[in-house]
Amino acid sequence: MQRELIERLNALIGEGVGKRVLGWKRGEFFYDTEPAILAADQLDELVYDSFCGPNLSKYLIQEMPKLGEGEKIIALIKPCDSYSFNQLCTEHRINKDKVYVIGVGCKGKIDVDKIRARGITGITGIDVDGDALTVHTLYGDEQVNRKEVLLNKCLSCKGKEHRVFDEQIGESEETSTGDDRFDMVKKLEAMSAEERFAFWRGELSKCIRCNACRNVCPACSCVKCVFDNPNTGVQNKAAADDFEENLFHIIRAFHVAGRCTDCGECSRVCPQGIPLHLLNRKFISDIDELYGEYQAGEEVGQRHPVINYTQGDCEPSIVHERGSNA
Amino acid sequence: MQKIGVFVCWCGSNIAATVDVKAVANAMRSEPGVVFSTDYQYMCSENGQNLIKDAIRDYKLDGIVVCSCSPRMHEATFRKTAMAAGLNPYMVEIANIREQCSWIHKDMPEGTEKAMVLARAAIAKVKKNAPLTAGTSPVTKRALVIGGGIAGIQTALDVADAGYEVDIVEKSPTIGGRMAQLDKTFPTLDCAACILTPKMVEANQHEKINLITYSELENVSGFVGNFTARIRKKARHVDEKKCTGCGVCTEKCPSRKGLNEFNMGLNTRGAIYIPFAQAIPNLAVIDTSNCIHFKTGKCGICEKNCSAGAIKFDQEDEIIERKYGAIVVATGFKPIDASYFDEYAYTQSKDVVTSLEFERLMNAAGPSKGVLVRPSDGEHPHDITFIQCVGSRCSHDATKGKEYCSKICCMYTAKHAMLVREKYPDVNVHVFYIDVRTPGKNFDEFYRRAVEQYDVDYIKGMVGKVTVEGKKLHVQGSSLLSNDQLHIYSDMVVLATAIEPDPTARSIGTMLTASMDTNDFFTEAHPKLRPVESPTAGIFLSGVCQGPKDIPETVAQAGAAASKVIGLLSKNELVGNPCVAHANELLCNGCSQCERVCPYGAITYVEKEVRGPEFRGVKRVAQVNEAVCQGCGACTVTCPSTAMDLKGFSNNQIIAEVDAICR
Repeated sequence: MQRELIERLNALIGEGVGKRVLGWKRGEFFYDTEPAILAADQLDELVYDSFCGPNLSKYLIQEMPKLGEGEKIIALIKPCDSYSFNQLCTEHRINKDKVYVIGVGCKGKIDVDKIRARGITGITGIDVDGDALTVHTLYGDEQVNRKEVLLNKCLSCKGKEHRVFDEQIGESEETSTGDDRFDMVKKLEAMSAEERFAFWRGELSKCIRCNACRNVCPACSCVKCVFDNPNTGVQNKAAADDFEENLFHIIRAFHVAGRCTDCGECSRVCPQGIPLHLLNRKFISDIDELYGEYQAGEEVGQRHPVINYTQGDCEPSIVHERGSNA
Repeated sequence: MQKIGVFVCWCGSNIAATVDVKAVANAMRSEPGVVFSTDYQYMCSENGQNLIKDAIRDYKLDGIVVCSCSPRMHEATFRKTAMAAGLNPYMVEIANIREQCSWIHKDMPEGTEKAMVLARAAIAKVKKNAPLTAGTSPVTKRALVIGGGIAGIQTALDVADAGYEVDIVEKSPTIGGRMAQLDKTFPTLDCAACILTPKMVEANQHEKINLITYSELENVSGFVGNFTARIRKKARHVDEKKCTGCGVCTEKCPSRKGLNEFNMGLNTRGAIYIPFAQAIPNLAVIDTSNCIHFKTGKCGICEKNCSAGAIKFDQEDEIIERKYGAIVVATGFKPIDASYFDEYAYTQSKDVVTSLEFERLMNAAGPSKGVLVRPSDGEHPHDITFIQCVGSRCSHDATKGKEYCSKICCMYTAKHAMLVREKYPDVNVHVFYIDVRTPGKNFDEFYRRAVEQYDVDYIKGMVGKVTVEGKKLHVQGSSLLSNDQLHIYSDMVVLATAIEPDPTARSIGTMLTASMDTNDFFTEAHPKLRPVESPTAGIFLSGVCQGPKDIPETVAQAGAAASKVIGLLSKNELVGNPCVAHANELLCNGCSQCERVCPYGAITYVEKEVRGPEFRGVKRVAQVNEAVCQGCGACTVTCPSTAMDLKGFSNNQIIAEVDAICR
């Protein structure tokens, strides 16, 4: 599929659709891929394989001002990334008119750490044939079921439909396990306040404030983040002690509430393995419960329930009662 | 360094009894930036205000903190005081050490400590205040009255007489409301129609009043002086300009299934109907749910018989959008559903009726033409039992009924009892009551007349159960005075059902952002001093939508609401609130979330060249229309990058307050 993609991209650039492509290129290791803006002569660097997990939508923001009148950038968008794309269009951070979207097929992306967790080391390469995964290592080949080593975010896959595209290339496959994505949220809700506090203190105290979650998050796309702005009065607060440090994540979850598409990038990139997506999912499940099911990024121009008033909205007292019972 | 003055008020003993005011004033003296701190018995008095003015001049203060009552009481007073001494009025902060401190604490050390904390928070905030200047906005000289009952009619007449245009929007096909359904009115026993219909006619004929009947409010936007309302005028399927109200169509209509709303569903009416003889406007309306033409496409008898050619089956709803300076809520009430109280056999026997149904049974225009008969068999009743407080004065944990007293039931029950005994002396009348409440002019005399002259059998006690036994209703109750269990076999039972706000009130309250209590009655701006105003500026309250009332009280309140409306509409412009939002263009993401969350439509976006240390170029940024912004702050909490901030309540000011409290 990678070869087919590169051929098509060359053709599109030849036709003058765009000059540059937003896609992935190889990182330090074969299982590392990183977002890349590639010009026509760099297209041979483009990678599209089972490791292209990163959500690219956010990288379009910085490209917008670079595009001249009528000029377009070609972007490779997976089905789940298309939600973030639409959400950013809704927020006027991306202009769809300036992007030629290739909806690339996705059958789920692989988490190399899950392969390692099976005791497989010295990995040198991987061959995929359907669900059969042959892992080449320094010590010989190992067989793994692909479905068992997918990224966590693929386990709550949003489906194979691209919510936005100009053309589609490649087949997609729904990889969700069918489990309720709110299972863990429900477990946390069932805990006592003390247990829940202990859970989050345990998780969040691992944070090293590398800001990877913030930097990867398509909803965290402020021109200037409040945590980088000395005038907000909160910047220093979240660094005063380790407890206040924890508030960084809570504030972040509030800032993306209603806009988070549940793309799962925050947890994917966390070097400390903190399940940050659970904070966002708690908000999503509350919004679903109080205002009806809502998926951010489904359409462009949606007004999310947190910034919308309708006469059918639940009364503030209901929100309050729930809050005080929790 | 700023020079801040602190003024601690005793409010007589209101504050000083629970807060050591001298200790507060002393402690504040050592706060950084405070150059003057004192206490005084009544800071709002002229002497108190002079004390503030002198201190501002003598110490060259550039900000003051008054520790006193709620800013709702005296913030305006102290702002004027500051202005008189040459200080910008927005350099004043109030620390509410009365409502939020002395009144809710009993322990002096505790109250004193909290007062100090509140004072420190206000000092922290005032240090970050900036002088602000208010702008003005024009006033649209037209009022909207929601509801065309006696409350709405009276308010509209009074406002219109002062020379302002008034629109009455009424959801039913006619104005008149509940009062039009009443037979006689207490305590004078004059006929309701005789005193109401002249007012209805006057409202209809008034050149300044525009009746928008059979219409519902769909949406309201804007703010005081400048509301925009969208009203859906439902299709009557009758041309208003052609219909003469002759009533031929209503007689010829073959569909007789529609329940007659005016008679509380005690009889039926045609699918095309005029609600009652004196309806205004006197126009027919088609109830499409019962109309044979709308159900089958056939019939059309009304169309054939209408000599004016007024029937318009294809008429569609019309949307009216208009600007108003003031809005009066007069949505009224309805009796609660008596079927919740089935211990009184309301759903089991036609002879158990509510008081409003009884009102129709006694009325000459009612289903029995004013002859009192049992609804079940049309026979003359010989014994009637009235039960008061059905659904009123229930305990707070009751699953049905209301905690409040519906106020009017004691009087109308006395009226009903008296009228029955007057017209039919052969009928025995019993009234079960908890208390008889008659605190109105000539009210107690009226009730005593029922007992003494008309020999109505008043029984202190409640009814436990009513059962249907053959043609009789077996009423089992207790008499607390004689300590007896009573068994009365009546022909009819009349339930004095509680009244509740009209079901449309809740959605109208939401539309107007006017607050309501747990019973869905609208809340006043102040229960004693501003009883006809909603806390939402420009919204006024008339009649039972604010709380149970009888007719004289409703009319008095309607007039009071009108005078407030007139006061507002007489102004050419209103001084705005300078505490408005503004966007920091360098920080703005251009994401439009604030634009979407703004309830006033005050925010727009523009492409604009922005220059800053980190960015230079054209970007999409938010702009606030300061004349439209009401300073609610919804945008500031929505903005993820803190680009949107509120003057006078900036994020930094609020964080400074919180920091001072947590210190």
